[in-house]
Amino acid sequence: MTSQADYKDRQFLAVIGDEDSVTGLLLAGIGHVTAPPDSQKNFLVVDGKTDTATIEEAFERFTTERKDIGIVLINQHIADRIRHRVDTYTAAFPAVLEIPSKDHPYDPEKDSVLRRVRRLFGE
Amino acid sequence: MSGAADREAVFPTRQSLGLMKAKLKGAETGHSLLKRKSEALTKRFREITRRIDEAKRKMGRVMQIASLSLAEVTYAVGGNIGFQIQESARSARFRLRTKQENVSGVLLPAFESYLTEGNNDFAMTGLGKGGQQVQRCRETYARAVEALVELASLQTAFVILDEVIKVVNRRVNAIEHVIIPRTENTIKYINSELDELDREEFYRLKKVSVYPWKLRHAAHTAQVANKKQRDNAAMDAEMKAKREAKAALELENGAPEEVADATAGPTDLLAAEEDEDVIF
Repeated sequence: MTSQADYKDRQFLAVIGDEDSVTGLLLAGIGHVTAPPDSQKNFLVVDGKTDTATIEEAFERFTTERKDIGIVLINQHIADRIRHRVDTYTAAFPAVLEIPSKDHPYDPEKDSVLRRVRRLFGE
Repeated sequence: MSGAADREAVFPTRQSLGLMKAKLKGAETGHSLLKRKSEALTKRFREITRRIDEAKRKMGRVMQIASLSLAEVTYAVGGNIGFQIQESARSARFRLRTKQENVSGVLLPAFESYLTEGNNDFAMTGLGKGGQQVQRCRETYARAVEALVELASLQTAFVILDEVIKVVNRRVNAIEHVIIPRTENTIKYINSELDELDREEFYRLKKVSVYPWKLRHAAHTAQVANKKQRDNAAMDAEMKAKREAKAALELENGAPEEVADATAGPTDLLAAEEDEDVIF
């Protein structure tokens, strides 16, 4: 069971997304860079040239390594590239949220959580 | 798992019967409590899944509007501001706080967003032109992120509830299909063993009480037989004696007639009586 200590200091959001999504979310004020020695950003901009390993590594870092992130936002088309990782991720913290991007409309069928919802209700 | 063999390894005593009965009662209480808990959680779970569905749809719309406002910014500023913004991000203005909600013993965390005061990384963004659009875009995205945070809370609650419901249902089923039948089997077993012991005990007691009765019965019959024999013998002897005496008297025909009469009278009477008795 998740204990109180597990999520009480998770106060940031993290983003893995295309440039527009990240820009917009940073404008909302979620961007955070940790203290200089190992300044880690809580966002990753993915374009056509970013390889899957980098995305996976960032996903891994945001979900398991960093303990100060409460929500990980990931564009759905990027989540598709690391679909196996997103689908096998079942922990409650941080919550992984698939968001639509400008160029890729949101498809509820692909969403890992919505699929679980559907499966549970036998649809 | 055959029905008869599936029981706990206990000695069939009254004490363990009492223990088993208490255990069965406890299991039944626990079962009903867990069942109710599972129902409460499932109700909550269904509500949350419905809200997730709604929230996901809402998120789609909100993100669309936000993208549009970002496009406005790009147009107004006249170039891509993405790089500039990524570089100037330093400290998060938009942060999360978690609070808990208790649903029948399960702590469901809920995210709450809040804005820190005083740090604005993008004070200079859109200073040249498009400042108004940038401002509007920030507001739109802030609303979008709020919607996302709400969705994330729901999703976290969903994941936790899913897990908890599985565990609770597993317990309910274990109690219903394993523990209760096994305890019932044990109780049945103990009862049958105790009954068996009772029957044995009863039979033994019967044996014990029958034995002296038999003895006494035999003695009594023997006694009765003896007495009869003795009585008969005595009567025979008496009669014999009387008959002899009579014969002697007749033979003598002598002087002491009155005396003989006097003695014979009552003897005869007695003999007659005795005879009657014997004939009877």
